[in-house]
Amino acid sequence: MEEGYAVILVYSTAHALKAEKALQRAGISCKLIPVPRHISSDCGVCVRIRRADQEEALEVLESAGVGIEGVHKV
Amino acid sequence: MDEVIYFDNAATSWPKPPGVMEAMARFLNEIGANPGRSGHRMAVEAGRVVYEAREVIAELFNAPDPLRVVFGLNGTEALNLVLRGYLRPGDHVVTSSMEHNAVMRPLRALERQGVEVTVVPCAPDGTLDPGDVLAAIRPNTALVVLNHASNVVGTILPIHEVGAAVGTAGRSPLLVVDAAQTAGAVPIDVQADGIDLLAFTGHKSLYGPMGTGGLVIGERVDLDRLEPLKRGGTGSRSEHEEQPDFLPDKYESGTANAVGLAGLAAGVRWVLERGVETVRAHEEALTRRLVDGLRAIPGVTVYGTLDPARQTATVSFNIAGMEPSEVGLRLDEEFGVLCRVGLHCAPAAHKTIGTFPTGTVRFSLGVFNTAEEVDRALRAVEHLARDARRKTHDAGRRRQIEWRKATP
Repeated sequence: MEEGYAVILVYSTAHALKAEKALQRAGISCKLIPVPRHISSDCGVCVRIRRADQEEALEVLESAGVGIEGVHKV
Repeated sequence: MDEVIYFDNAATSWPKPPGVMEAMARFLNEIGANPGRSGHRMAVEAGRVVYEAREVIAELFNAPDPLRVVFGLNGTEALNLVLRGYLRPGDHVVTSSMEHNAVMRPLRALERQGVEVTVVPCAPDGTLDPGDVLAAIRPNTALVVLNHASNVVGTILPIHEVGAAVGTAGRSPLLVVDAAQTAGAVPIDVQADGIDLLAFTGHKSLYGPMGTGGLVIGERVDLDRLEPLKRGGTGSRSEHEEQPDFLPDKYESGTANAVGLAGLAAGVRWVLERGVETVRAHEEALTRRLVDGLRAIPGVTVYGTLDPARQTATVSFNIAGMEPSEVGLRLDEEFGVLCRVGLHCAPAAHKTIGTFPTGTVRFSLGVFNTAEEVDRALRAVEHLARDARRKTHDAGRRRQIEWRKATP
């Protein structure tokens, strides 16, 4: 299993909260954190997940209609 | 008089349900931070409060997605966003003669800039024939703008019928609904009713605080065409000097009234738990008691449909021989009945029902009013009507005597 975290960038805080709710419903643990400066100059938050959950998380977000701007390993 | 009878719920509901003040106090004491800015735990929690307000609003109106709920100060701001953001010179708008100035004033200003406005006349009881709305639609009609219920006489307009017909019309204008008087008090389903843009306010039948309101934006709305009223910081895309183009950020610049939205969410949750149908049944029964009671008082004229099944809990009336302003003052000072008199920011509606420029006395009930309060208010009106009759009678006698003296 892949170790470490990945962050999913979304459009804004409202989208991050929608993502968090969808992931929680699907039983995937996540945390909203400030967007790491080296990834984006955005001042908002992004969704951090375990890298092992990445594939499933992206599927959940897609079916919930959350627009994704990018996925990065951290 | 210590105990008041609050009959001004169409302006602002009072009291608020348990939980509203607590939610606002909790926000200020424990959360406090800026929603949608920063990324620390308090900021995220503040953002969550605002997001949960979107969720309950979306649930109440059956919006397709909480992100389609855009918050602002009140219904007026939401209507200004739609009208000023969507209409261009050469566009045509259809509206009704029962609108509030929140619709009429922006439209009259846009008219001077080249937007064509058709005001479809309503009947003197405030009712509107949906066929008249459809007949007014032209190839360049961009919006049909209607209130869901009048703030003067409470008459409910046939939104569902208009929505069903407009959606199938040739070049299909968008249906904009001003739900200031009905959100939380009358069932609304934006998808089933064919409402493309629903403007609501938080401080009336949603039982939130003032300074909360917003817009539900349907999937038919072209966001590229709908310009924001304000541009500025959104906490997103901070590297760009251009406004974001996605919901809800495009229309929500500047720090939100998160403490107000915490209260609004608590108010809406309370309405959802109780059920809009239950609220409606209570208000309908009280309205029936009020309308029937007022009609039984000699010298009192009641306006509107006189049918509580076709109106909200807002009732307008006049007492023959007494100015509305005097009625309002005496109700307050002598009986503790608090209401609103005059033109209610809706000159068009008063022209339609035939009470311009004098206006009316308006009793607007809410979910916390009781049958006992209605009865006490009726006794107060009865007292004033008796006074007015006596005064009219005395004045008539004086005129007679003076005429006899003057006639040799």
